[in-house]
Amino acid sequence: MPAVLEIEGLRKTYKSRRRGTRNALDGFDMRVDAGQVHGFLGPNGSGKTTTLRTLLGLIRPDGGRMALLGHEVPDALPAVAGQVGAIVESPQFFPHFTARDTLSLLASAGGVAPIRIDEVLELVGLRDRAGERVKTYSLGMKQRLAVASALLKNPKLLILDEPANGLDPGGIREMRTLMRNLAESGMTVVLSSHILGEIQLICDSVTIISLGRRVAFGPVDEVLAQHSSGAVRIRLEAVTDLPSAADVLTRAGIRVTGHPDHLMLGGVDKPASVTRLLAEQGLYVSELAPVAVDLESVFLELTATAPVPGQHRQVDQSTKVGGAEQSGATGGGWGA
Amino acid sequence: MSLYRTELRRLAKRRFTRYMTLLGLLVLAAVVVGTFFTNQKIDASVRAQADRQAEQQYQEQVRYSQQERTACERDKAAGAADANRYPPDCAMIQPPPREAFESRWFLPSTFNFRESFAETLVPFAAILALVGFVIGASFVGAEWSTGGMMNLLLWRPRRLTVLLTKLAALLTGLLAVTLPAAVLWFAGFWAVATFRGSTEKVTSGVWQSFALTGLRGVALVLAVTTIGFALASLGRHTAMALGGVVAVMVVGQFGLGILLSMAGVRFPEAWLLPTYALAWMQKKVTLEDWQACNATFTGECRPDTFDVTWGQSSVLFAVGVAVVLGAAIWAMRRRDIS
Repeated sequence: MPAVLEIEGLRKTYKSRRRGTRNALDGFDMRVDAGQVHGFLGPNGSGKTTTLRTLLGLIRPDGGRMALLGHEVPDALPAVAGQVGAIVESPQFFPHFTARDTLSLLASAGGVAPIRIDEVLELVGLRDRAGERVKTYSLGMKQRLAVASALLKNPKLLILDEPANGLDPGGIREMRTLMRNLAESGMTVVLSSHILGEIQLICDSVTIISLGRRVAFGPVDEVLAQHSSGAVRIRLEAVTDLPSAADVLTRAGIRVTGHPDHLMLGGVDKPASVTRLLAEQGLYVSELAPVAVDLESVFLELTATAPVPGQHRQVDQSTKVGGAEQSGATGGGWGA
Repeated sequence: MSLYRTELRRLAKRRFTRYMTLLGLLVLAAVVVGTFFTNQKIDASVRAQADRQAEQQYQEQVRYSQQERTACERDKAAGAADANRYPPDCAMIQPPPREAFESRWFLPSTFNFRESFAETLVPFAAILALVGFVIGASFVGAEWSTGGMMNLLLWRPRRLTVLLTKLAALLTGLLAVTLPAAVLWFAGFWAVATFRGSTEKVTSGVWQSFALTGLRGVALVLAVTTIGFALASLGRHTAMALGGVVAVMVVGQFGLGILLSMAGVRFPEAWLLPTYALAWMQKKVTLEDWQACNATFTGECRPDTFDVTWGQSSVLFAVGVAVVLGAAIWAMRRRDIS
């Protein structure tokens, strides 16, 4: 599949006399293939929005290479801008214009046919409120308007930064369906969000960024599999046999955590070996269940941002990978 | 072209633009109406009335002089004359000559188009320049502060094209208001002169002079509008332009004026911007230093003078516009948008 978005070794450094130098992007890589819904994840301050702003020509990079739809940006941005719809961070509009005015002015500036305005208003559910001033809108309605403005171009690549922010549960579900429908129609969608359950549900692939570097990327299933700890939960016929079973398994090199009525095993490649080991000692398993990981736990593990009781994590306290060669946790390097 | 038309639409759609334009036009209308009602046409009866008032004033002075002279002679005869009140010779108390009471002093105010219209172009340009400055600053400042500029750049990534197209649309909009307003201004004062004054001796040369002054006024409006726009774009907020101009006027003009006066600098007005704006409109402003005395052959004491010409003003304003707009363009090109 051809790549519609490619980033290689992207660097952005902010220098301040008071605060010193901060690398917002430190050799960041990213690739999104055509027709995918791609999740772009990272803790606060990890560089997600900086990446998107840089990609869209709002921020000048200090190094690296970027391409959109096969064109090198920012040089070719004027040529591809008409095919890239984007919202970056919180939706911002002139408060005294109506939604229809806002979209009409954007459509007029971009040479989009006015009929498209009604189409996108219908699509995001603002048809009946389009004549009201934006200042009267709730955050969720502004979010819908932002998505509508991004869809106005009928783009080949849609970049949405936190599109579900402020949406009600119904709105989140509608947004999810919309994303899938857009992807099925051939549009590539890049979705930056902290609602990891949503990302896991609707995305084909993900990129996880931490402190300006990629810490994981690839299809969602592969990322989950690669970061699955091989955890298995077992129960025995007799609870009294749990200490013996723990002893047998520990001697076999398996990490065991005891619980009152079950054992949690870590680093188990083949669950069948567990039943065989225990059966050889006359210990019989009544339940053996691999423990599935979800994107949230992988994210927290990869970025080291899981909350720790009694500690207050600061925004820049997350994982930083050592170098560019370590950034590909599940996939290959540039162009893989 | 679509961007230019869009920006014109955006400018016209903004409530602030509409209200400020309306306010500016209302002030201009109030000036014309005020001038109309405070002037009067001079006809034979008004002149006769003025003659009567001049004569009456003269007669009062004659009576007063007579009374004073009588009182003087009486006090002198009584030996109680006040040396501070009366001259040594009471005959010296004489009324002013009749010709000192000119009838024209008693004429009501009248609007002479040839003599007075050029002066009205100064407030015309000043009011529209103020409106242009505020609208220009708000037009781009609000775009920056509400995120509209960022949204637009996602559609049209050529930053300079976007900024300069916005400026072009703004100046077009200002011209679209200023030119008809100027025509109405000319027409309004012509009507004032017709009904409340005089339109005599308005030759083609006079018209040409007025037209050139009007054009300089329009140029001033456009220059000030550009500066407001550029300052707000530079600071990415309307307040940057408004705050900047308040700072320049309060600190740089009033403060500087007081400081220069206290320091005894000759021609302190030569350092103040309004002098150059006035010189631009009037072609020349002559500053006078009354501390200096240049004696003439008649023994008269004349002050030193310093001329500020419209040529000097044009250089100053051209450099000012170039520097501020250049800085805005540089910032638009170089600075990150976040």
